[in-house]
Amino acid sequence: MKKTTSTPLWRNRKIIPIISQIIFVIIVGIVISFMIRNVISGLEQIGLTLGLDYLNLKASFPIAESIISYTPDDPYKRALLVGLLNTFKVSIFGIILASIIGVIVGIARLSNNWLVSKVATVYVEVFRNTPLLVQIFIWNFAVFLPMPKIQEALSMGPFYFSNRGASIPWFTLQDNTIIWMIVLIILVVGSVFLFKKLTKISFESGKSTYPLISSIGFIIVTAIITYFILGNGPLGFSIPVFNGNSFDGGTSLSIGFMSVLVALTIYTSTFISEIVRAGIMGVPKGQTEAAKALGFKSHTALRLIIFPQAIRIIIPPLTSQYLNLIKNSSLAMAVAYQDIVGIGNTIINQTGHTLETLLIVISVYLLFSLTTSLLMNLFNKKFQLVER
Amino acid sequence: MDNIQLNNTEPVMETKKLNSQRKLQLWLKNNLFKDWKNAILTIITLMFTIYFLTKVGKFLLTSEWGVVTDNLRLLFVGQFPMEEIWRLWVALLLLSVLLGTTWGAWRGIIGHVAISLSALFIVFGILPYTEVESKIYLFANVAVIILFYFVGKYVPKVKVPMLVLWILFIPITLSIINGFGVLEPVKTNIWGGFLLTLVIASVAILCSFPLGLLLAVGRRSKLPLIKYFCILYIELIRGMPLIMVLFIAQLLLPMFLGGIQLDNVVRAMIAFTLFSAAYLAENIRGGLQSVPRGQFEAAQALGLNNFKLMVFVVLPQALKAVIPAMVGQFISVFKDTSLVAVIGLADFLGMGKKIAANPAYLGKYMELYIVIALMYFIFCFLMSHVSKHIEKSLGVGTR
Amino acid sequence: MESVFGVDKLTTPLNEREDIIQVKKLNKWYGDHHVLKDVDLTVKQGEVIVILGPSGSGKSTFIRTINALEEFQKGEIVVDNIALTDDLKNIEEIRKETGMVFQSFNLFPHMTILKNISLAPIWVRKWKKAKAEQIAKELLERVGIPEQANKYPGQLSGGQQQRVAIARALAMQPKIMLFDEPTSALDPEMVKEVLDVMKTLAESGMTMLVVTHEMGFARQVADRIILFDKGEIVEMGKPEEIFDNPKHERTKAFLSQIL
Repeated sequence: MKKTTSTPLWRNRKIIPIISQIIFVIIVGIVISFMIRNVISGLEQIGLTLGLDYLNLKASFPIAESIISYTPDDPYKRALLVGLLNTFKVSIFGIILASIIGVIVGIARLSNNWLVSKVATVYVEVFRNTPLLVQIFIWNFAVFLPMPKIQEALSMGPFYFSNRGASIPWFTLQDNTIIWMIVLIILVVGSVFLFKKLTKISFESGKSTYPLISSIGFIIVTAIITYFILGNGPLGFSIPVFNGNSFDGGTSLSIGFMSVLVALTIYTSTFISEIVRAGIMGVPKGQTEAAKALGFKSHTALRLIIFPQAIRIIIPPLTSQYLNLIKNSSLAMAVAYQDIVGIGNTIINQTGHTLETLLIVISVYLLFSLTTSLLMNLFNKKFQLVER
Repeated sequence: MDNIQLNNTEPVMETKKLNSQRKLQLWLKNNLFKDWKNAILTIITLMFTIYFLTKVGKFLLTSEWGVVTDNLRLLFVGQFPMEEIWRLWVALLLLSVLLGTTWGAWRGIIGHVAISLSALFIVFGILPYTEVESKIYLFANVAVIILFYFVGKYVPKVKVPMLVLWILFIPITLSIINGFGVLEPVKTNIWGGFLLTLVIASVAILCSFPLGLLLAVGRRSKLPLIKYFCILYIELIRGMPLIMVLFIAQLLLPMFLGGIQLDNVVRAMIAFTLFSAAYLAENIRGGLQSVPRGQFEAAQALGLNNFKLMVFVVLPQALKAVIPAMVGQFISVFKDTSLVAVIGLADFLGMGKKIAANPAYLGKYMELYIVIALMYFIFCFLMSHVSKHIEKSLGVGTR
Repeated sequence: MESVFGVDKLTTPLNEREDIIQVKKLNKWYGDHHVLKDVDLTVKQGEVIVILGPSGSGKSTFIRTINALEEFQKGEIVVDNIALTDDLKNIEEIRKETGMVFQSFNLFPHMTILKNISLAPIWVRKWKKAKAEQIAKELLERVGIPEQANKYPGQLSGGQQQRVAIARALAMQPKIMLFDEPTSALDPEMVKEVLDVMKTLAESGMTMLVVTHEMGFARQVADRIILFDKGEIVEMGKPEEIFDNPKHERTKAFLSQIL
């Protein structure tokens, strides 16, 4: 007396997934084809065709600051490259500075000095709860723009501030910079080897070999010798000198760049400080206690036991903050710092090739995200605690 | 060590009752001056703090605030027509009713929100720069909050109608402003200022939640087409800066929709909704992953089908686990609405930018933007304060 | 104990009762791993079957195929005259008639005990809330913890939670109860209270399939003992036969490890 009626398709648990997906694809397909058809007919009306050839046309617009050489006679694709490098520039410095400040503030928040931890908390709360764009505007319009004219620039030593931006001493490339680069790479690799070797020896023989001091000493001594051989250091230094109109030498930073950099740094540092704090607090208390019981001094315990475990907790959210910083740098166009989004916008306005340009800019950011995700996954796999 | 005596004529350890002065000394010693390193740190920090505070104080006291006070209306409601402002007051009154009643019925953290908002109303009411009519409305709102606190406390069975009303609040407000045939609509392109910020943020938050939920569930689906579609959407949107999504909405949406015209504010709302949904989806996915497999199995064994299983068993647990992350995302949405200033919309920040362009206020930018920053800060801080409180109180019910 | 569910054990002899579960040539693979090999089993109504075996033998997988928590590739399962096929309606019907108690209780932490028990009867059997709550309270009495109705699972001990889980399964008034190592996650002092409930349930005539390591329980309460090993039934018989007179080598090996 079994019920052997055959299963209607809509109730069959093997068929339902297939039918649902087919329906889903049909719906999505209809929507997408609707949109595509509209785009094509819209473009026809304007008389534009899709294609990337326009990138070779003359850009005809100036870019205020650029790492590589650029004139308005260069093609659009060079302009985009300049924008990309500008994004890079503000992001790299932002990441470095925000990390440094973030770690300091994070540790400060954990301090058992009440004043220090309270000040750090106020810092975090104030700059985290104010929108980034507002902060950029404040730096740009209320701090840097009202600076005096360049003839009466404020100065702190060799640093000059005016309403055109800042001129600061900066490194210059020299003829033997390349040689120095090679030497430096050899030095770093060599000192790492030396460090590992000395640590191994000290583990095995019990003698103190001072690996850290030795390897740093090795770098310093070799650098000094190289300096004497070559006659000058790896990079030159140039100090800005006023010539009546502007500054020669050094490097100049525009107001836009500075506003974006400072605001990004401070804003992101608040999030990094919270991540660092969570990382250190996330190491189980028993670890510190065990370290103390084993006789470790507190700074050795921090270096060998707490820090490696905290890093494991910190790195994933840290990388996503770095990504956020790179994405947030796109606000630069609000203060006329031409990053890739700003330049893309100009190109769209001039050529009307909205779709292609947007896709290019999107791909650039997606590339950033993908690279970071991949690196993160590699890191995770390498550092995952080996568990049962 | 001073307390331990070697002869037994006195008690081995004296237990002094600490008077308050001694307590203060002890606290200072432990927290600020524990050792010489700490003492130096404290002194340096104190010096910096005092220097900084005096600078800030000097600025606050010697500045002219005309740039803000002349433009209060613009900053808060943009170019909303004067004759129709009563609609906004009605909406605000409704909010106060809801707030007061919720405070009375639920107590707890809502009280902080109610009190903060009342304080804000009072401050603006006292300022000499608000018009008399506005002052009356502001104080009326405070009174309403207090009145309905008692309603909420003593009238039974208000909890469920309250929840319903809260959810309906945004649509109701929007319809009051829109009119819907009964009244003339106030076009969205003259909304501005803080009003616009609130509207965009609320719509984005409200609409991104169901979308994010669908994406999160779809992301975990076993059906490959649906799963990869959701992954594609989420990763694509999360890889882009928000400003790009806004651009896409502004520039491409009209192209995609053929002839349908959407005004700028609606396009911005769509952009924020699509953007926020991707981030919400990842938060909710984390919550879904945290629900143990046994919960699914127990519900299935009881005969609950997939839909009922999600609604009654899985989603309540998943969402509860990620409320802090979701509130964090909502706070981000609120802050991010400031980006519409870049595409020319006159929200709170955008209006500030337009005011700053007025040559009469040359050089007054710090005053203007500081006030704008302060408003954002108050709201965001309040929201994150509430969120931390919710986080704490969610530990209820365990042994 | 009144027989609320199932047959009156004392009156109807075993061979006259209905078959309530029929498993024929059941085969299941996890990828290449053959986890269930040609399993055949017929369970009469009111029978209490205890399934023993080493870990990884497939015994948990087996009882989870009965209520479709696990799929199978070959063979037939018929529960309460409903064939277990890909028909979602059949699966739902079968799950209504089989209750399951898990090793990790799996109570819903965000609901009160009362709601935990009454949820499925309201939404699956479509009872009214009042009736469902009434039945829930009665069941809580039967398992001995009526006062816990408005508490949350997190506030109860492990033994209490498992008893609630049993009540939750019973609330659906199933014809069969499946137990997947119900006491393995409990502290020793709480095992007895759960086994007592299960004993009473068995005496009231419920059809039960129990995977467990509790030998005392098996000897006292089981009508039949099944030994699983490497995915197949090695030996089957009355408790006295299995424990005192095991025939198979593997049975002897397993018992010598346990007893």
